[in-house]
Amino acid sequence: MMTKEEEAALEAAAKEIRARTIDAIGFLGVGHIGGALSVVELLAMLYFRHMRVDPANPRWPERDKLVLSKGHAGPALYAALSLRGFFPETWLHTLNKGGTMLPSHCDRNRTPGVDMTTGSLGQGLSAACGLALADRLDGRASFVYAVIGDGESNEGQNWEAALFAAHKRLGRLIAFTDYNKMQIDGRTDEVLALGRLEEKWAAFGWETARVDGHDLAALDAAIEAAKRRADAPGSKPTMIVLDTVKGKGAKFCEGSVASHNMPFDYETAKKAIAELG
Amino acid sequence: MATPVKEMRAVYAETLVELGARNPAVVLLEADLMKASGTGPFAAAYPERAFNVGVAEANMVGVAAGLSAGGKIPFATTFACFASRRAYDQFFVSCAYARLNVKLVGTDPGVSAAFNGGTHMPFEDLALMRAVPGIAVLEPSDASSLRALVEAAAAREGSVYIRLHRKAVPDIYPQGERFAIGKAKLLREGRDVTIVALGALMVGEALKAAELLASEGRSAAVIDALSLKPLDTELILAEARKTGRVVTAENHQIAGGLGSAVAELLAETGAARLARVGIRDEFGEVGTQEYLMERFHLTAPHIASAAKSLF
Repeated sequence: MMTKEEEAALEAAAKEIRARTIDAIGFLGVGHIGGALSVVELLAMLYFRHMRVDPANPRWPERDKLVLSKGHAGPALYAALSLRGFFPETWLHTLNKGGTMLPSHCDRNRTPGVDMTTGSLGQGLSAACGLALADRLDGRASFVYAVIGDGESNEGQNWEAALFAAHKRLGRLIAFTDYNKMQIDGRTDEVLALGRLEEKWAAFGWETARVDGHDLAALDAAIEAAKRRADAPGSKPTMIVLDTVKGKGAKFCEGSVASHNMPFDYETAKKAIAELG
Repeated sequence: MATPVKEMRAVYAETLVELGARNPAVVLLEADLMKASGTGPFAAAYPERAFNVGVAEANMVGVAAGLSAGGKIPFATTFACFASRRAYDQFFVSCAYARLNVKLVGTDPGVSAAFNGGTHMPFEDLALMRAVPGIAVLEPSDASSLRALVEAAAAREGSVYIRLHRKAVPDIYPQGERFAIGKAKLLREGRDVTIVALGALMVGEALKAAELLASEGRSAAVIDALSLKPLDTELILAEARKTGRVVTAENHQIAGGLGSAVAELLAETGAARLARVGIRDEFGEVGTQEYLMERFHLTAPHIASAAKSLF
């Protein structure tokens, strides 16, 4: 359980990550704003409460790892990493500029703190399994976190990885589905319905939970529960399905399918940031 | 030399076991073809370091990428058709683009897929892999070169694709011969034409073709290419300039593989005229390896006749 103070600090971190994300994409003028803003609370929770990381030593082997498989949400991760001290905030205005360290999709070789290169959807959960196996082989008490999108869940490789993680009893793998109910061409129910998502993961042999992905206390409780189970005999990987809102917190795009990858000017960004309060 | 009893897959497994003993970072992944790949000895020696992912090649290559990101040196092995076509984007993005250290081994290349037929007969894996930036693409030709190149692949920082002929093939090199990624071998000196061959089957045919040509008074040099990428342009160019004529021979389509790589080199330098032996825009089909070698015009007489077309 978080104290009131801890929750307030995380709220502040989430607000700052959200502001930096909107600012960075707005400064560039176009980007994947919708799916970046839907994972902001999760990133705040991971980088400011749960993940053991060392910004001075981003490749510290004992660290907890995050595979942001929906790599197009990179800008939100960069906002979180800059706030956590992995690199200066000034880098954020280089997003997608030629020669930048912050490309649209996550690149482990460019950005300090990015643990896996992602962007071709469906591949990150497999990599997260590999990271968890390497930690296990080397006896590291690390957690591996993975975030997949709901649209991304259309990719079959996720389900190969789902079978594999359960078979290998990767209890230290904690994954999240950013279930904002939208993908590029429309609502997920219209494009390719996911049906009863938690039941699917449970049927694949995972522990599951479903929480409001913007509710910090609920997120924390679900992650805590997964961590507590991690080393129990016969432990399973955990999938936490997050009910989220695409474009959460930015009035100009919240809840819109078009926010997947949209142009907006810097004035719009500044106004949206001011409205965060 | 006589055909050794030991199969290439057994040499591969032995080499992995030795590597695994020296370096605990070496791990193995298989996709329900461990019996075919013959890597059981590695799994028996290091059960905690062998991962059979089931019939799921995309996941296998993705898991290999994650293991590599966690400091391991994964050897992921499956039929070459699946290693290349089925998991290409996973190898391209999660391994090569991510600058990770995955060794992808594709077995049963080209006509050696035999009774598995067209679905399993990769005539395009080398073309696909040659287009992946920064990786090495290797095809050993006998037990000695296989052992050395698997060791070289393990020692190289970065992803590698190795084409592995599973069955026993005649020895070409003595034990202890030294090999390096990016280096070909001149197996036979020649004045009139240079045959550049790749892989166990084609190097054997190229040597026979050189004998056929010799019986007709033509002197053929034979190069075992071994490393399609990086290609040993120095050796190939030197022999090409000496003979003025080059024939490539590969168990693969002529587009995108060895024939293309050498054609590019010769077109850029004007060093020699070229004829190519390989599959010409066709799919594979079932048959014995011997039948298919003839069916696709890969045998020594076809290589010799390609050479003669240049005189």
